[in-house]
Amino acid sequence: MSEVSQLLVSPGPHLWKKLSVSKIMYLVVIALLFPTGAAIYFFGYNALSVIGVSVGVAVLTEYLCKKLMGRVFIMDGSAVVTGLLLALILPPLIPLWMVALGAVFAIAIAKEAFGGLGHNIFNPALAARAFMSISFSLEMTNWVAPTGFAADAVTTATPLGESFIWTADRLSLYQAMFLGNTAGSLGETSALLILVGGIFLIARGLINWRIPTVYIGMVALLSFAIGQDPLFHILAGGLMIGAFFMATDYVTSPLTNRGKIVFALALGVLTMLIRRFGGMPEGVCYSILFMNAMAPLIDRYIKIRPYGLVQRVKGAS
Amino acid sequence: MAIRLKKKSAPYGVKVPERKFSEKSPIEPAPLPEKVVIPLQQNIGAPAQALVKKGEKVLTGQKIADSDKFVSAPIHATISGEVSGTTMLVNPPTGQLVEALVITSDGEDNWVELEIPRNPESLSAKEVLEKIREAGIVGLGGAAFPTQVKLSPPKDKNIDTVILNGCECEPYVTSDHRVMLEYGEKVLSGLNIIRKILSPQATYIAIEDNKEDAIKHMEELIISLGLGENFRIVPLKSKYPMGAEKTLINMVLGREVPIGGLPLDVGVVVHNVSTAKAIHDAIFEGKPLIERVVTVSGAVKNPKNLLTRFGIPIKALIEYCGGMEDKANKVILGGPMMGIAQFDLDFPVVKGTNSILVKEDEPIRERDCISCGMCIEACPMRLMPTLLARYAKDGRYDECKENYYIDDCFECGACTYTCPANIPIVQYIKVAKKEIAKRAPNK
Repeated sequence: MSEVSQLLVSPGPHLWKKLSVSKIMYLVVIALLFPTGAAIYFFGYNALSVIGVSVGVAVLTEYLCKKLMGRVFIMDGSAVVTGLLLALILPPLIPLWMVALGAVFAIAIAKEAFGGLGHNIFNPALAARAFMSISFSLEMTNWVAPTGFAADAVTTATPLGESFIWTADRLSLYQAMFLGNTAGSLGETSALLILVGGIFLIARGLINWRIPTVYIGMVALLSFAIGQDPLFHILAGGLMIGAFFMATDYVTSPLTNRGKIVFALALGVLTMLIRRFGGMPEGVCYSILFMNAMAPLIDRYIKIRPYGLVQRVKGAS
Repeated sequence: MAIRLKKKSAPYGVKVPERKFSEKSPIEPAPLPEKVVIPLQQNIGAPAQALVKKGEKVLTGQKIADSDKFVSAPIHATISGEVSGTTMLVNPPTGQLVEALVITSDGEDNWVELEIPRNPESLSAKEVLEKIREAGIVGLGGAAFPTQVKLSPPKDKNIDTVILNGCECEPYVTSDHRVMLEYGEKVLSGLNIIRKILSPQATYIAIEDNKEDAIKHMEELIISLGLGENFRIVPLKSKYPMGAEKTLINMVLGREVPIGGLPLDVGVVVHNVSTAKAIHDAIFEGKPLIERVVTVSGAVKNPKNLLTRFGIPIKALIEYCGGMEDKANKVILGGPMMGIAQFDLDFPVVKGTNSILVKEDEPIRERDCISCGMCIEACPMRLMPTLLARYAKDGRYDECKENYYIDDCFECGACTYTCPANIPIVQYIKVAKKEIAKRAPNK
């Protein structure tokens, strides 16, 4: 019987796809390197330090949380994704201690307190940004012109800000916004590089094209409907990074394709409501957080019809 | 009208690595076992009762066990010799203990006298069904459902379509593939018998496109045998689980078998190619089902397709294929997707064994679900496997049944294959189904 005891017995299937949670997370990190590159190019040392502190503190916080709770820490890259995402949606001149506090909030409160990866209700990076916006309203709206590593930062307004003035022609504005040469959060300004990273994830089958497409499409449609410039609304603010990297977060978005479409449509409506009627210039962050809370409800009511259901007689077993 | 129809491709399921190492190895007979262990339950339905006693001499092909229940199949001696005793085995799919007869070979392989009908074509449907039952034929695709039962639909069910299943979508397994290539005529002859019994309007042969040689061979045979009037070949894009009955019916006909229902509820009967060949052997050669083609593959020195008698220990077949490689630590009966890991290599090959797979594997390291939804896209039944697993884990079985249609799941494992968090979803579902059955008021 000696050979018998050496056999491994486990339930099937005995074949697994070579795609683990860690691999997914690191692929997302690779995709995020495109907007990260834009952040560093346009905002220089400020970008580097914010990103470094955010990622470092996020990973450290996760490690400490797991240790304190007596659980196993797995370097699966999810804390890196959260840290990087948080950095990319912060203004360049934000004091680093605030960044660190934000990263601690993202991991310890928004993620680990809810049970860790897979159990959080809100996207941790966005929850931290909301926390920081409320706590440090001044520092969180201190925008600078994209001057790279070259010169001292010059305070200016983002395209969505009330005081934003563009003196040159419309086309050059689109160009600047598409490439990322405007004021804004570190990683949100370059629509081009966000698009590259997003398409990489879609091509690898890691994110669903429906959420970004429907979300952005809805914003364009609504801005057109209220007589505003759709292209401007697509390129301005955090819509691109929100649509590709935040709204597509697996844990906090609905499971089914139909659910995802409803989710994205609602995101478009909320974003435009906040941008047009809200007290803030930008509404992507709060729209996504609000819909994160709605995702379980969407999953509850918007289901797929399973194979063979039509013929099932009610009450029969 | 062309015999080969347009290729169809499924929007669900998963792409799995094929690893059909033995697809070019011709079927070869395995050595005759010196001793066989024959479980008395090898099919879905009632177990058979032994007809022979310890010490009794038996001949190859002699009926040694039977049952008077409708859903049952007799069992035959697979070698000649002496019944040397009984033993108890753990039946892999159910995990229950089952009684088995042990026969020690006399080395002669003396057969019972086979009753070959003089004119098989003139047999009535009833006579043919009786012969299929007497031959102990069960579905050889894996489920091992008694074939004559499947061929006797209730009067109120009109069967308009027969599908012959040559998909073989499990990785590694090549037994049906070789059967089509080497026994193609017998397969078609068996299919003709099925047609005669059910008289359907349409008969399809479904084969995955990774077996182009089999598609071509069957096509040529249909033409040369003049069967072009009746048979159509449907090539399917290789994807797991195309060969599952419910998936196949959906792919070929666009119909959906109702939840908890059977293919005959939508006018369809599906049979496996190896079953069709067994039907031919029973009707035209009078042979009972005592052997089948088994693929032995994976981490063995020489992967092979072996024509082997039932009751031979799987160990013997693995050794015949050069033995397990050093790193191998897992032996699976069936394919890697739906097969069952064995703890005992003395377990015998039974009617439902299409493959013995040797693998190197690691214990499952389950993580928390990240709600990626990949299992939902993989599910051929359009279920929500992650939620089924979540509710099953929490013991919320009513939720599984009422809101998430657990009865629809046929446990193909596509969800689990695709899960990045390595959650053994199918296992949770199986446990939940057992619990639900236990709590059902009428049972």
